Amino acid sequence: MTSDPWTRKDLLGIAELSTKEIELVLDTAESFREVSERPIKKVPTLRGKTVVNLFFEPSTRTRSSFEIAEKRLSADGLNFSSSGSAISKGETLLDTALNLQAMAPHLIVVRHSHPGVPHMLAERLEAGVINAGDGAHEHPTQALLDAFTIRQHKGRIEGLKISIIGDIEKSRVVRSNIHLLSKMGAEVTLAGPRTMMPAAVEKMGVSVAYDLDEAISGADVIMMLRVQLERHSRMAFPSAKEYFNLFGLTRDRLKKAKRDVIIMHPGPMNRGVEIASDVADGRDSVILEQVFNGVAVRMAVLYLLSGASQGEA
Amino acid sequence: MPGELKPKKTVLNPLQMRRIVRRMAGELVERNGGADDLILIGIRTRGVPLAERLGEELKVLEGREVPIGTLDITLYRDDLSTIAPQPVLKETTLPGPIDDQLLVLCDDVLYTGRTVRAALNELLDYGRPRAVQLAVLVDRGGRELPIEANFIGKTVTAELGELVEVRFESTDGEDRVMMMEVDDSDD
Repeated sequence: MTSDPWTRKDLLGIAELSTKEIELVLDTAESFREVSERPIKKVPTLRGKTVVNLFFEPSTRTRSSFEIAEKRLSADGLNFSSSGSAISKGETLLDTALNLQAMAPHLIVVRHSHPGVPHMLAERLEAGVINAGDGAHEHPTQALLDAFTIRQHKGRIEGLKISIIGDIEKSRVVRSNIHLLSKMGAEVTLAGPRTMMPAAVEKMGVSVAYDLDEAISGADVIMMLRVQLERHSRMAFPSAKEYFNLFGLTRDRLKKAKRDVIIMHPGPMNRGVEIASDVADGRDSVILEQVFNGVAVRMAVLYLLSGASQGEA
Repeated sequence: MPGELKPKKTVLNPLQMRRIVRRMAGELVERNGGADDLILIGIRTRGVPLAERLGEELKVLEGREVPIGTLDITLYRDDLSTIAPQPVLKETTLPGPIDDQLLVLCDDVLYTGRTVRAALNELLDYGRPRAVQLAVLVDRGGRELPIEANFIGKTVTAELGELVEVRFESTDGEDRVMMMEVDDSDD
């Protein structure tokens, strides 16, 4: 009952959040999860509020997750994607944003291929801004839903051994997750090909392995990452098959992890590249639960931010 | 510090409170001809211990457990756009489907009626109960909506600026109802 209230106008990243703020989002999401299990999955909380989903990069999962969250809160969602809009006609980002601002939305959910775009918008706009992924920088709601899923299965995050495997360098999911998991006291190990490992990543307080078996030995949680073929300018590995042989998660290799390990993936999966099908669909996999929980976490974020941005609007 | 609340008087002491809850449980059974298909729904926060206490008394009277649910009405409040930041949200948990059941909403204090309005809206999103009744420990007057309780523990007249504080043993360490008033002394 004594938790501090949420006061931020925007959710731009995990890096600036305190553990108390993270816990507040996760606890609030706990209550929203129940809404998704009701016969009528809709509450009137954000009636009359407008949320703009501004996606400059393609997204199916994150955008539909935000859209469902907005609908379940009775907010009016407006989708705005780069193709077919004025952006493809040469309008600058700021002009697009100012035009949207003139329509007086309460919140803007933004995804962009350049890091820092949500921050730029947050500074200039009255509306609250939610970062739904900015380049390889942060993807805070993904990290929050991952943490929510881990907490649901393990009851805690502190002290867990969590291995994150794959395309570390290009992943905003990893960056947000490292911030969140280390703040909450987990022991994070990263593994992947050297060509996909950013320099000096150890400075973020994680251990690094270049061998999959070593990385997952004794793990409570294994988070597999999508190999982002579209983000690598030149091939960082010889072939998908070779990647699978070295860093693909198979049932056999999984034996090295703890017996009650859970397998996560932010999606979309490349089956047979970073993860074997029988692992992705196996009993340890919580991949679809992550998607289910994503809606509750985004409802929590929309709810908390809509209260904080009222003061000045 | 000005604006802080200080106790004015005790409205109900522990013994009176126990007797009143017992009487309310009796009225509930009398009015409904038993406690079949009945679900007690406590509105968070202090409606929950009232529902539990009524449940204990009903068990003594009827010899059976009455299911209890808890309702958090935050998402249905009509003042969310005027308060910032957002109130902390807790879970709503109902013991089962509410279709065709008799629901007894429980709250500690009935004042403006807005909480009950929100609770009714939320409940109706879960199904179609046979009927909904309202039980409150204290009715302090001051309604802003046309809502009345079916079972009332004690009616008091409270002035604007006065606050009725209900304490339960399970949540606050003692059973007591206090009238509080704003401390406007100079020191």
